[in-house]
Amino acid sequence: MVIASLTRIAVTSEGPTLSDPVDPRFGRAGGFVVVDLQSMATTYVDNGSSQVLAQGAGIQAAENLVKAGAQALLTGHVGPKAWAALEAVGVKVVQGVESMTVGEAVAKFKAGQFAFSDAPSH
Amino acid sequence: MIIAVASGKGGTGKTTVTAALASVWKRPVLAVDLDVEEPNLHLFLRPESVNTEPVYLEIPVVDKTLCQRCGACAELCQFKAISLLGTTLLTFPEMCHGCGGCMRICPNGAIQKGQRELGAVESGLSQGRIPCLTGRLRIGEAMSPPLMNQVRQRMRTKAQQEELDILIDAPPGVSCPAMTAVQDADVILLVTEPTPFGLHDFRLAIRAFQPLGKPMGVVINRAGLGDDRVQTFCRENGLPVLTEIPFRRDIAQHYACGGVLTLLDAGLKASFEELAESLERMAQGEVPHA
Repeated sequence: MVIASLTRIAVTSEGPTLSDPVDPRFGRAGGFVVVDLQSMATTYVDNGSSQVLAQGAGIQAAENLVKAGAQALLTGHVGPKAWAALEAVGVKVVQGVESMTVGEAVAKFKAGQFAFSDAPSH
Repeated sequence: MIIAVASGKGGTGKTTVTAALASVWKRPVLAVDLDVEEPNLHLFLRPESVNTEPVYLEIPVVDKTLCQRCGACAELCQFKAISLLGTTLLTFPEMCHGCGGCMRICPNGAIQKGQRELGAVESGLSQGRIPCLTGRLRIGEAMSPPLMNQVRQRMRTKAQQEELDILIDAPPGVSCPAMTAVQDADVILLVTEPTPFGLHDFRLAIRAFQPLGKPMGVVINRAGLGDDRVQTFCRENGLPVLTEIPFRRDIAQHYACGGVLTLLDAGLKASFEELAESLERMAQGEVPHA
């Protein structure tokens, strides 16, 4: 299920490129690879500002994501507070994405193999 | 005079020592349980006529009609209790530490005071002569220092008004709750045990508390168990071992029934009386031999 109007998606990533592994964590992810689905151009958003927080990493990560203009997120798990933040600004979330590269995750998303989540995973 | 009974490791005997000290303390003393996540001093001191007062933290409530989405509050908050996502302002009341900064920095007066229940402060009287204060954290509340600070405030006021010394039963560990509990102390009394875990966590506690520059004394509980490495460590680091509680079955039995150690036998009573005197001398600036 891919929504046609979605143009920018973010994938939590351990590194800056499509060949880096997906980071299954959201709040404490290393960073986000933001992909323009039309051109397949990528930009990398470092998430270090979230990783150093004692609390509220998920909320900070959601802020970083919104600043980067992402409309959807592919990741492993999103906690309840980050979920509330993403939901409030209408960022759609796919959870359970792990053990693959960012490029593979994007390809599966484009092929309609992922479903959007309707609740946080923990 | 304020004595905080602390430890790195949990279950070393902080509460046992606090209750025993309270029972032999010569001057009027207030017994305070600052282990608000699982208070247990009351099991030994059994205060009566307990008054329970719910306590709250001031949290932000944003009036969205006044808010201009400037983001000053979200930028100030170090705990992500307020977040500005695009033009959407969200609050996460459970993340708030209650500093009040957001309310002060808001240029539009859009942030009002709301409340989050932290838990309760219980006050009572033990044996008709020892006033007791206990903090009890609300189940689901993630942070204990805000509640501990409210207990500390009441503790200081009461002790000042009624001219009481204070004995604090601190929480275990070396993170924020433990550091909060020893802030007011004139002397920190560390309770440890001669086991590898005991020594490991004792060293952490010493490292955490040493920068506070307060005099520290040591009680070794379950003495005779394990080895003598705790004693050696104390000697090498100039930490006076003020008393040792022997590793004895009858002590464990007495404790398990909620008994105060000084009531078990005359020897224990005498050693706690000596401990109380040593603490008093340390509070007055005397440095005992390690």
